[in-house]
Amino acid sequence: MAIEVEINGEKRAVRDDATIAALLTELGVAAERTAVERNGRIVRRGEHGTTRVAPGDRIEIVTLVGGG
Amino acid sequence: MASESRVPSSERDEPLVLRDVALKSRLLVGTGKYASFDLMRDALEISGTDCVTVAVRRVNLDRNKGPSLLDFVDPARYTLLPNTAGCFDAATAIRTAELAREVLGTNLVKLEVLGDPKTLLPDPLGTLEATKELVKQGFSVLVYCSDDPRLAVHLAEAGATSVMPAGSPIGSGQGVLNPNAIRILLELVQVPVIIDAGVGTASDVAFAMELGAAGVLLNTAIAGARDPLRMAAAMRDACRAGRNAFLAGRIERKLYANASSPLEGVIEATRK
Repeated sequence: MAIEVEINGEKRAVRDDATIAALLTELGVAAERTAVERNGRIVRRGEHGTTRVAPGDRIEIVTLVGGG
Repeated sequence: MASESRVPSSERDEPLVLRDVALKSRLLVGTGKYASFDLMRDALEISGTDCVTVAVRRVNLDRNKGPSLLDFVDPARYTLLPNTAGCFDAATAIRTAELAREVLGTNLVKLEVLGDPKTLLPDPLGTLEATKELVKQGFSVLVYCSDDPRLAVHLAEAGATSVMPAGSPIGSGQGVLNPNAIRILLELVQVPVIIDAGVGTASDVAFAMELGAAGVLLNTAIAGARDPLRMAAAMRDACRAGRNAFLAGRIERKLYANASSPLEGVIEATRK
């Protein structure tokens, strides 16, 4: 079954049993240069495989870019 | 880069110590606004900097296959200083710092809590609030702030590793607008003071260092110059020149002339 979550401000349909790790794989994002936040709290890299998304989750996936 | 052994003893200097980080160069350089990653890498190299700032942003989920900043900045070579640029409240800045720590495994953060998008002036209350929280969380907080000396005292007392007053608004190129405030700030604050923002050209860097700043942080002045590589060299030299002038101790300003050549022994004036 699919559920709706918000990733980087956009609504997306994902599998209801998806882990953060599965989500990153599906999106083609490498975990090592990114950080993930779920509903305002960091999901540490070591917890990506065990943390599952829930309907309505707000997920932020960030990386580093040029800045001053 | 000049190794320490090749620096003449008359020009030796202490490193800039920011808690557990020791920087040989007192110039900190941003990685934003370069025309290409190649140009950025070369400019950083020429500037001689040991510490570069980076920003935290959402991954573009539609196209994230291209080269990334970290392909061009070697973390073994540079201390990476993530910023909280673009945050307009303490809570968002704190979350951004936590995300940066998760990406890099660093406890360093350049804290920015800004007031509004037009002026990009630092919000003093939000900045102090975020400083306290991040210090509590174990971050080494380098705080972008205004040149208000009393605010700087509060930030230092809150545990900031460094206070970083703006010389003038971010990206404005106006230089150090209120040197007297910076002078007072430098007297009141015991932590390293880094002039952050507002640099337009090399003399601004030299001037900031002559005032006694521990370092200067800049980005646009190099990235936006017509020839960023040459400007990177100018900034490197200006930082060293200003630092040496500060350490050397300038002469007093006097109203009247003071001859450099002896007045004694001048030949008799021509008779009319």
